[in-house]
Amino acid sequence: MNDLREFFDFAYIAEILPDLLEGLVVTAQASLAGFGVALILGLLFALARRSENGWLSQPVGALVEFVRSTPLLVQLFFFFYVLPRYGIRLPAFIIGMFALGLHYGTYTSEVYRAGIDAVERGQWEAAKALNFSPMDVWVRIILPQSIPPMFPALGNYMVAMFKESAQLFAITVPELMSTAQNIGARNFAYLEPFTLAGALYFLISYPSSLLVQRLEARYAR
Amino acid sequence: MALRLPNLKNWVFLIVAILVIGTAFGVEMLANPPETAPFDLLPTLLRGLSTTITLTFWGALLALVVAVFTGVLRSSESRLLRTVTSAYVEVFRGTSILVQLFWIFYVLPLPPFNIELSAFQAGVLALGLNVGAYGAEVVRGAIRATPRGQIEAAIALNMSRMLMMRRVILPQALVRILPPFGNLLIELLKATALVSLISLADVTFQAGTLRQSVGRTTESYTLLLVIYFLIAYPLTLGVRWLEGRRQWA
Repeated sequence: MNDLREFFDFAYIAEILPDLLEGLVVTAQASLAGFGVALILGLLFALARRSENGWLSQPVGALVEFVRSTPLLVQLFFFFYVLPRYGIRLPAFIIGMFALGLHYGTYTSEVYRAGIDAVERGQWEAAKALNFSPMDVWVRIILPQSIPPMFPALGNYMVAMFKESAQLFAITVPELMSTAQNIGARNFAYLEPFTLAGALYFLISYPSSLLVQRLEARYAR
Repeated sequence: MALRLPNLKNWVFLIVAILVIGTAFGVEMLANPPETAPFDLLPTLLRGLSTTITLTFWGALLALVVAVFTGVLRSSESRLLRTVTSAYVEVFRGTSILVQLFWIFYVLPLPPFNIELSAFQAGVLALGLNVGAYGAEVVRGAIRATPRGQIEAAIALNMSRMLMMRRVILPQALVRILPPFGNLLIELLKATALVSLISLADVTFQAGTLRQSVGRTTESYTLLLVIYFLIAYPLTLGVRWLEGRRQWA
């Protein structure tokens, strides 16, 4: 026990834990808000890519491919440093939320696409035969059937996003990682803050991924 | 699904995109007229790109070794081996790669570990161990996907477990893991950008120095995005090609 105490300073941990928890709250806010953006953008991307109008589907498709192929960190830097040069000044948190949402929106759009493709052809035909308007077909027939089976895949991306939100550290958002880094730099003792930060990420993401696995089993029937 | 050939709309879109980006560059150039913008920035960026590519290479190699090794051990009969390897996989998948990178870079050199690593070594280690954990799951899934009958046949032929692994399970699993490993390689390439945060002079880091030294932010970061896209997108196309081929493989 004494060895452990030497190795891991528990008094120091007790001292820094409240700050880290505050950081965790910001992390949770950023990832939830970002996930909301990703859900909406992803649906819009998926619908636009399915559009029969090539002037809509092709550019959106290219945008999605481009965003997926470049690092989130670089996208964060791009929005954070480039936008203010054109007079668009936004808080770092908003930029982080939007960049996370855009990046993961390109991933969720694939989930939506697969989910929509999985709806049987007969459903489309029946809706058409019943003279539903295109809007009604989507809102009342296709989406209600295709979205619940997407929950596991969407959940996986939400967990991934929670972890990747650590990159918001690079654009000065005071989330968990930047709190840990600040504490470590101030005291020149990195072991406790970084280990604790890792543990906090794990404590949330591991149970969440188990939950997603249970959802998966439920929809795999 | 029919192959979508480049048609007129794609070309029009490409031209519009070039015009939009060109206008952004134009505005930038009017603000502070450079000599041969934006391509005078390229040499600095490309110096960083070689670091990004070597880092991707060594990271991917480590990830591959770790993934196959751990994936096979996770399918072993020993309970101890399975517990240890699952713990590794869950810890590395459950925390973010940035935490792992910082932990390796900032914590390992201090007591009680006293392991001094260069930024490059820390980068390779973090990328390899993180992506390797995801890869291990892919390998395990591929091993489990071996048809039951083949394993029974191998047992009937009196093959040892090792021989069965080598002759029956792994050759087929390797074909199955290729497309997901391609996707992991793309994720790894994108994750290399994180090493710029531990001051390793990769291509993202170089864009940062350009921003600070010459202040041509829009150009540096746009070129940076394009560079990543030009490397990652062919990989994406390669993965899709592999996925298409797999149907008859």
